[in-house]
Amino acid sequence: MKTIKEINEKIKKGQVVVITAKEAVQLVRKKGAKKASQEVDVVTTGTFGPMCSSAAYFNIGHCKPRIKIGGGSCDLNEVPCYTGFAAVDILLGATALPEDDPRNKVFPGEFKYGGAHVIHELVAGKDVKLEAYAYGTDCYPRKEIKTFINLKDINEAVLFNIRNCYQNYNVAVNLSDKTIYTYMGMLKPKIGNANYCSAGELSPLLKDPNYRTIGIGTKIFLGGGVGYVSWQGTQHNPIAKRLPNGITCVPAGTLAVIGDLKKMRPKWLVGVSMLGYGVSLAVGIGVPIPVLDEQVMASAGVPDDEIFASIVDYSKNYPNMIAESLGQISYADLESGKINIRGKDVLTGNLSSRLRALQIAEELKSWIKKGDFALSESVAPLPDKDSGYTCRALKEKPFK
Amino acid sequence: MVSRKIVLHFPKTLVEQPIVYKLVKEFNLQFNILKASVMPNQEGLMVLELVGSKEDFDKAISYLKACGVKTQPLSQDVVRDENKCTHCGVCVSVCPVGALVKDPKDNRVNFDNKKCIACELCVKICPPRAMEVSF
Ligand code: SF4
Ligand code: SF4
Repeated sequence: MKTIKEINEKIKKGQVVVITAKEAVQLVRKKGAKKASQEVDVVTTGTFGPMCSSAAYFNIGHCKPRIKIGGGSCDLNEVPCYTGFAAVDILLGATALPEDDPRNKVFPGEFKYGGAHVIHELVAGKDVKLEAYAYGTDCYPRKEIKTFINLKDINEAVLFNIRNCYQNYNVAVNLSDKTIYTYMGMLKPKIGNANYCSAGELSPLLKDPNYRTIGIGTKIFLGGGVGYVSWQGTQHNPIAKRLPNGITCVPAGTLAVIGDLKKMRPKWLVGVSMLGYGVSLAVGIGVPIPVLDEQVMASAGVPDDEIFASIVDYSKNYPNMIAESLGQISYADLESGKINIRGKDVLTGNLSSRLRALQIAEELKSWIKKGDFALSESVAPLPDKDSGYTCRALKEKPFK
Repeated sequence: MVSRKIVLHFPKTLVEQPIVYKLVKEFNLQFNILKASVMPNQEGLMVLELVGSKEDFDKAISYLKACGVKTQPLSQDVVRDENKCTHCGVCVSVCPVGALVKDPKDNRVNFDNKKCIACELCVKICPPRAMEVSF
């Protein structure tokens, strides 16, 4: 048994033993969880994939004369922001699109540029065009502003994601006989390919399946900088189906996270375009897991071949909310590049970069080893599998 | 003798006709199928390398046009912007010829330009748009 305080003492003294989740898999396999838990203090996880519920908010500073953008309109590089705050606070969502983007008018739409791309450019240090219109008041008389802004000159710039870091996800296939375009990528007809989106044995919530160490207040690697878990993510569903090893085999828990955008790096916040679907932001997240005891180590050491995802049809079942799985498949099989579904060999594609997930786990490991990153105690737990907390569908009450 | 790579687009109505057979039989061309995706009742696409005399080659192209097959020389080249690729691997399940393959050892997605037949599928679906057509 170890406490986070004891681990932080070791970090301070430069005596901490940190390994990545990939190394944890090998160590537990070789020595067992008990022995491994005595040797190791921290396991670092990582994930890098499209996370659509990402946003950034900014306080751009007051101009002379003053303008109240709140209740008016505001674009950044022609992508509309949310302005329902006070005078110069704005929020930009990752999936927002310029008004004149053709969307899916010519199907499948390309979605070349949106909020996520603006966030990437800001983090890369580029000047971005801000254009805002207001109705004017006695205290805020100005009605229009057009100016370049740069991340380094504005007051606050904060990345705020209300849902990401999914604990497991679907394997998407297409049972119909025409190609479909989804947020899981292009799916060829008649199970022509199978796309998935998880870092598997490196993924944070899959390595702490009952949220024993990850909670509200947990300090994390976020977008190349430092962030915190601010709440459970939206659609958090801890009671989702679990296999006998305690690991969910469907999308389950999620995190809401927050961090200083000014300290993040463009490599870890990348705007992406999903053909026929829209824009999203690929976000890099890494969570350290303090090895408090043997049980924590055992979970952190679970390998790809013991983590399973469910295969879901995105032509009919997914859009119509029909909860039907075509079977389960392990991440070891998915990572092999080819799986067999209904007697057919199918190529697999991951939307989530394993290479980058591992780079994140390695980088977080080096921060902790160098003493630059101490672990935080969580201040409140995430709702767990016994909490009764769940994700419900909408009960419509239509009106005319 | 000439050797050319061409892309053939077959409309639905022609998919079941023995067109390639005729190219061999009547125009003395040798061919190499670089790629074929021809399904009954759907549009077909075929990439051929044709070898033969210049005269026969030109006649064959006119014959194809007359049949209603669209032809286009395979001259584009698809390249990858290494700074943009995140090595996610979603292109791997889409590429019809295995020119984009993930190496399980280091999790990198490798692009083999020699195998690529410039179908441009990856160009459209790559999320950070790392695959580009260069002329
Ligand atoms: S889809 Fe694009 S970013 Fe992903 S591996 Fe392929 S080329 Fe790289
Ligand atoms: S263009 Fe892309 S998808 Fe098409 S063959 Fe080349 S690498 Fe494969």
